[in-house]
Amino acid sequence: MTPDTEPRLNWWNRMANPGQFVAWTTPLLWPLVILTAVLFVLGFWFAFFNSPEDYQMGDTVRIMYVHVPNAWLSQFVYAIMSVSALGTLVWRHPMADVSMKAAAPLGALFTALALFTGALWGRPTWGTFWEWDGRMTSTLVLLLIYLGLVALWRAFDDQLRAARVIAVFTLVGAINIPIIKFSVDWWSTLHQPASVFRPDGPRMPMSILVPLFVMFFAFTFLFLVLHLKAMHTEVKRRRVMTLKRRLAQGGPA
Amino acid sequence: MIDLGPHAVFIIWAYIGVMLGIAGLIAWTLFDARRTASELSRLEARDPRRQRPAGTTP
Repeated sequence: MTPDTEPRLNWWNRMANPGQFVAWTTPLLWPLVILTAVLFVLGFWFAFFNSPEDYQMGDTVRIMYVHVPNAWLSQFVYAIMSVSALGTLVWRHPMADVSMKAAAPLGALFTALALFTGALWGRPTWGTFWEWDGRMTSTLVLLLIYLGLVALWRAFDDQLRAARVIAVFTLVGAINIPIIKFSVDWWSTLHQPASVFRPDGPRMPMSILVPLFVMFFAFTFLFLVLHLKAMHTEVKRRRVMTLKRRLAQGGPA
Repeated sequence: MIDLGPHAVFIIWAYIGVMLGIAGLIAWTLFDARRTASELSRLEARDPRRQRPAGTTP
């Protein structure tokens, strides 16, 4: 009997190889694109043709179908970045750097859209586009954190060194996520408290909850598609930088 | 299309803004992917290691 000298690579270790990560995840892209497109078509149909107006908000409830998913993603993307930052600092996983960098601009856009749609909902409902209350101000701070992280990635030539610095900043910024979540409970705000994810269940009828969840999944799958594609691009970009360095050292072929 | 009531302008602009933002994000992601892929193939064509005939040792 010969001893098994080959190191056994588990899924986590195999994913650390950028080439293997791209090879394994590329076949997922098109099925995810199709699923996202179907969910969006269904979501828009529900939003405009098969959902009632709210007894209080009237038709402006339809803004919720794009506002809530963007607001959810603004925090979910940051949670993904925080887990990736731990992956960078604790396990030094190469794909964690890539995930962190690829997610930042996506999170920035979803946060900007959450603020934009929230303002357009606030004007007819509260009588104002903007109020410096806890939920809105902490979400604006989140947008500034995203933009700061995007700027930091661009400021470094050495992306490996950048990843360690940015991972620390990302984890420090993560303190803002529970502040956003609980701001409506801690302070008196214009923004209503949680009405979907509550311990005692959602406080809205199924006719509004169904379109909301369809759009919620449509936007979440859109993020997954774009994140995966951006990660593939980032892997290629790092290969480009390696080749540029090699050609600069050895001169053109 | 249903009647969106007295606040239709806010609803329509919210959806237009989201669609423009998402369309821009998709376009930028695809543009960045294509630009990087073409740069990578250009550099790989210049890479001496890839131009070495098969079977030769470095």
